[in-house]
Amino acid sequence: MGEFKVHRVRFFDYMPSAIRSMAFNSQTERLAVARADGAVEIFNFADNYFQEKQIIAGRDGRSIEALCWVGCRLFSAGLDGEITEYDLENLRPRYSIEAYGGPIWTISSNSQGMQLAQAGCEDGTVKMFEVLEDRIQFQTNLSRQKRIISLSWHPSGAQIAAGMMDMIKIFDSETQATHRLLVDRGVGTSKSQEVVVWSVAFLSDHTIISGDSAGKVQIWDGLTGTLIRTHLVTKWDVLVLAVSQDESSVIAGTSEGTIVQFQFLSSAVGQQDKLWVQTRTLKNHSHDVRALVHTDTAVVSGMDTQLVVRPLLDKVEKYSQESALRKIAFPHLLQKNLVSCAKKAGLLLFQFPDHLELWRLGESDRNTPGESLPVKRKPEKLIQLKTKLQGEDHICCSALSPCGSWLAYATVAAVRLYRLQLSSNNVSIQKLPRELKSVHQLCFSSDSCRLFASSSFSSVVVVALDQTDCKYLHTLKHKSSKQPIHILSPSEDGQWLATANTDCEIHVFNLRKMKLHCSVPAYSSCPTAVSIHPTSGNLVSVHADQQIFEFSLKQKEYSEWSRQLQRQGLHPLWLQRDTPVTQITFNPNNPAHIMLHDVFMFCIIDQSLPLPEAKSKFYNQRILRSLPEPQRLRESHAFKACKNFQHLLSVNLLEDLSLVVVERPLVDIVSQLPAPVRQKLFAT
Amino acid sequence: MAALCEGYTLCVFVPAANRRSSEIKGIEEERDSDHVIVTDSSRSVTLYKVSDQKPLGSWTVKQGQLLTCAAVFNKQTNEYVAVSDNKVIRIWKEDDIILDKAFKATVSADVWSVHCAHRAEPAVLFQRGAVRLLDSLLSAPQQPIEDVLVQDEAIRSRTSVVFTHHTQKRDYHFLYLQRLKPNSVQKYRLEPEEPGLSPLSFWASYRDKNICLLYLYPNGHVYQSLVSVRAPVADDGAQVVPLPRDQLLSLPVGEELLEAASAIFLDDAHVAVVGVPHPSAGPGKDFLCIWNTNFQTLQAAKEMAGKLYGQLWSFSSKLFIPHGKALSVIPFSCPRSSLASALGKLKQSKTSTVVSSWNTILHGEEAAAPKPVESRKTRTTRKTQSSLSLTIDQVQDLIKTAPVEEVEKEVQGLLSRQDPKDPQPSLGQLAMALVSRSLADPKFYSSRALTQLVPTRYLSHSVCPDLLPLALEKRDYFLCQLCLLFFHDIPEAVTCACLKAFISLSDADAEKLSLEPDSVSFMEMLLSNERGQTGLQNGFSPAFCQEDRTDAVDDPKAKAKEKKKASPQQTCPVGKHKAALINEILQTAYSEALLLPHLKDFSSDQVVLFLRYLEFLYLRYSTDGSSQTHGYRSPSLNQVMDWVCMLLDAHFTVLVMSPVAKGLLLNLQPFVKSQVRLFSELGKIEGSLQELSKMKMKKDVGQYSIEVIELY
Repeated sequence: MGEFKVHRVRFFDYMPSAIRSMAFNSQTERLAVARADGAVEIFNFADNYFQEKQIIAGRDGRSIEALCWVGCRLFSAGLDGEITEYDLENLRPRYSIEAYGGPIWTISSNSQGMQLAQAGCEDGTVKMFEVLEDRIQFQTNLSRQKRIISLSWHPSGAQIAAGMMDMIKIFDSETQATHRLLVDRGVGTSKSQEVVVWSVAFLSDHTIISGDSAGKVQIWDGLTGTLIRTHLVTKWDVLVLAVSQDESSVIAGTSEGTIVQFQFLSSAVGQQDKLWVQTRTLKNHSHDVRALVHTDTAVVSGMDTQLVVRPLLDKVEKYSQESALRKIAFPHLLQKNLVSCAKKAGLLLFQFPDHLELWRLGESDRNTPGESLPVKRKPEKLIQLKTKLQGEDHICCSALSPCGSWLAYATVAAVRLYRLQLSSNNVSIQKLPRELKSVHQLCFSSDSCRLFASSSFSSVVVVALDQTDCKYLHTLKHKSSKQPIHILSPSEDGQWLATANTDCEIHVFNLRKMKLHCSVPAYSSCPTAVSIHPTSGNLVSVHADQQIFEFSLKQKEYSEWSRQLQRQGLHPLWLQRDTPVTQITFNPNNPAHIMLHDVFMFCIIDQSLPLPEAKSKFYNQRILRSLPEPQRLRESHAFKACKNFQHLLSVNLLEDLSLVVVERPLVDIVSQLPAPVRQKLFAT
Repeated sequence: MAALCEGYTLCVFVPAANRRSSEIKGIEEERDSDHVIVTDSSRSVTLYKVSDQKPLGSWTVKQGQLLTCAAVFNKQTNEYVAVSDNKVIRIWKEDDIILDKAFKATVSADVWSVHCAHRAEPAVLFQRGAVRLLDSLLSAPQQPIEDVLVQDEAIRSRTSVVFTHHTQKRDYHFLYLQRLKPNSVQKYRLEPEEPGLSPLSFWASYRDKNICLLYLYPNGHVYQSLVSVRAPVADDGAQVVPLPRDQLLSLPVGEELLEAASAIFLDDAHVAVVGVPHPSAGPGKDFLCIWNTNFQTLQAAKEMAGKLYGQLWSFSSKLFIPHGKALSVIPFSCPRSSLASALGKLKQSKTSTVVSSWNTILHGEEAAAPKPVESRKTRTTRKTQSSLSLTIDQVQDLIKTAPVEEVEKEVQGLLSRQDPKDPQPSLGQLAMALVSRSLADPKFYSSRALTQLVPTRYLSHSVCPDLLPLALEKRDYFLCQLCLLFFHDIPEAVTCACLKAFISLSDADAEKLSLEPDSVSFMEMLLSNERGQTGLQNGFSPAFCQEDRTDAVDDPKAKAKEKKKASPQQTCPVGKHKAALINEILQTAYSEALLLPHLKDFSSDQVVLFLRYLEFLYLRYSTDGSSQTHGYRSPSLNQVMDWVCMLLDAHFTVLVMSPVAKGLLLNLQPFVKSQVRLFSELGKIEGSLQELSKMKMKKDVGQYSIEVIELY
């Protein structure tokens, strides 16, 4: 069907940062994840675990220690001593409040969502804040203690358990009376060291479960203050505990990377008295498990930069979507922004938190199939651009124009545009109109004359670029939703601009008339990639549940191919993939070809070929290769998946029809992680 | 077996008075292996055609001049190169008649030797360690020559084949390995032997991309060191690397240290040694010996008349050895496929790969072998005896005449006086004398003396071929057992004779024998296990194994039947002493082709009994994992299987006809089946393993590559 020259790029040494903290909102089924670099990601568990929001408000030296949902509002606290609330519509911090208590280790809200408690480290107070409509207000201080590491509200909101050095304290939030539970230190050499209660959980039957640095998980009676049971789980620390919604199961994450589950079970069938029993041990991580969430069916954990979703089904009878373990190695939305490609100039732009790198691809002069070609010219790094904008905010998005002469990037507070003259090695900064302020997606038109920026309140700012300057043209708006736009996709001919937001809406604007052309009928799953066909003007969208739609912009209806695809259904193997398609491109030579990719494969859909039957073999490239030509035609189907490349960050088609594949092998990431705790293995 | 053929004299020279060293300075190969050039220590260089034993040409330097190193032949230019008076390099061709008219060049430093490796450019080694290629040296003969060696360090010897030389600095010995292209030198430090000993001879050969060095110390130790040719070279060679060595042989040298001896490799398993006494010949005689390094056996020896100078060369299966007044050429053959390695079963040494029981790991080694403690009594007796002790020669004379008791006493005294570290080759002579006296005099038989001599490990069957038949004849089965245990070279015929004698021995007689305690206790353990509960080893259940062996017969009746059939065989058909003797046979080295004809001599009753015993062993081994994991010396499962196969091969027709053997054969059939099944399983694994190796390794694509992919 086709031969492609592939530039296989592996020199982008992107390092995802470690996951520090997580919070799960069971009402909206949203998981908030905070990383060590200060980025906050929001995953929608209802929609195939798709990452729908990405807030990059990080800067160097600012890490988030704790996250907390209060209703639909998200708060974070960190070692800088501030509590921050996030604006989830405009993807930026709404405000920060100094708590005046030194570094904050933990925050927690009561179940009514009215009060927010937090603990300061240096002065060791538990500070209570009241959650108001638009802000939080300091309410009261609970008495001074040693450094407070962990907090847990009793579901009634009357009491708070606080884990600290060598003890757990229980405060009464009304009377401020306290009592203490003393936690044993570890045996042996660790006897002289203070034991840190890293995590506590306060259950509604007044059971308190604690995890500490001596490797114990302890179960206390909170009413009498007695220790009921001690489980020695690890030689190292128990870092985090998570309780299931119905309080029948608790999981503990250790610094060995294991997760230990405890369940509240009756000791014999039919008996009433129940015990906390250690039931299973999971190991999905090589490094410390610093964050854990226990949802109804799944454990979510993250440390070695990956988010792992591990269903806790008691019996797995057959493989299904629900029982599969999922590892989310790259944040989906960030993945789209990390690499930009100038199709015409053959340049690649790599985005790092604090700098950008511009590379020119190498060249080869020969063409032999199935081989790796001799590299005549090696790829070279042209520019490394350091940001020193507004303190040290991290870059949240960047874009490179197709001609390779414009470069734009944005942080949470500012946008910068650079004009590149590569022949003279000259980089000049361009003044931008005022309207470009808060931006979370950037995109150039294919003729490099327009810059589109998704801005606050689901609007798109259009800026015209020419040789000398750039000026503000228009702000494209629609009325339906205020959710942020995460996809911008201009058409090749410059007539259309498609936008998708996290409310699952896709809008198409007519750029000639600068107004909304139409909205694609809303689908329940969030679009992960949207693109407009250069010749037919059809809009192709792929969604988080792996469905593919083709919408004709002229007729304003789904195309015949799309209807047929929906009638016949996609192949089960296609639906079982667990990473979303993040990019759609078209082959200008063959209008029937749609190229898309996820992390583990890229695929060309040939619309002229029959769709695969559910029973037929989906990944059939190897079989086809062995067949003679006529039979091959008979056997082939529309989905031509290529799994030669793994851990794909981006696949782009250059103007000379060669592919640029940017891989980031997980092995390389793992090799750069700090060493995990040393474990004595048998016979080593 | 390696052999030395009848030699001939190549040339005769007149030894100068009171010269200790040889008249031969060096022998080098000329255009082919049949031509050699011999440089004598005075003034002349002679070209010989070896097969015709005649000189083809001779060149002499003027009176007053002296050739100071061996002449070499440059095969590239067909020129001879020699050095006279340390500094004058002379180069001539075969046509040149008068050496003085040929090319001469005087260099600025003293030359130690000229070296010409096979088809390579000659190189010159100076006395202070520098090395120059001849061409580059001759282009500027007066070029300054640097000192490589430090003060006090002097070249002691150098080797051909590869360019190495060995130096001595006080008591330290160094080895310089010079690479010519690119020019680099690596310095190795030899591991020190006993103080004051310096290597007598060096020999280097090139083998499998390694330089293999062989060196002999005066105490008879022969070491081998391997140096990789491709080894990374330190920057300037200043770094001294210790040279690891393996001891190949420990030659018996008698009381004195060797003075002039050398050892050279003939092939990778054979070493020719000159100047070392023959183990069973008396001192004062000079032998040329070939030793096999794999089996540590003496393969061939030749007594050389006249004084040996410790010089030895070898070119294309001919040894050149100067002795007395002559230079002899001795052709030799070292057949690569020695009997033992090609056909035979080598004596299996008990390796430590047995899976030890977890119990022993957990609870410590309870049954640690008691250390042999030398009692004070023996030490004191040794002391008292040493005053009035007899030498070996005296004992040997004594054996010829004295009565049994006295002989036994003297032999015991001799052995107790002997330092166990000091090898005593003459013990062989002692044993020979004892055996020949016993053969000659039917009344004389000293079992005690012989049983003391055999475990010294200085005897072997080839040294004393009559010993084992004598023991058999005298029905001294303990001695037989010792011989089988300590001799590695018993011919198959003798092995079979022993086996026959052991099998036909009645159990009642056998019980009276006192045998080697280890072998008996092994049988006791095996027999006690047979009755007692066979302990579980590491969770392994013999019952399960047995079930497995019945080939998954689903019918419970058949299973029970099978079990009934198998269970009577669990009793040992022979007594434990007899079994211990037979075990010894099972563990000897043999070669199948040679053993089979002798096995055919057995009567069918003997065969059936033997087979029953083997079957018993097999059953014990296959059902009880622990029977092989104790410390005792015992036949391995493989050895048992081999013997079963051989017996069946030799007697199959007889056994099939014999009604007695019918049940036995039926019982043996499941073994074969299980073996076949094992091998078919292994074959399956092999297939998948091959697939594994076929699987393309994911190649590292590096940071960037341009590839072409095709989609269909």
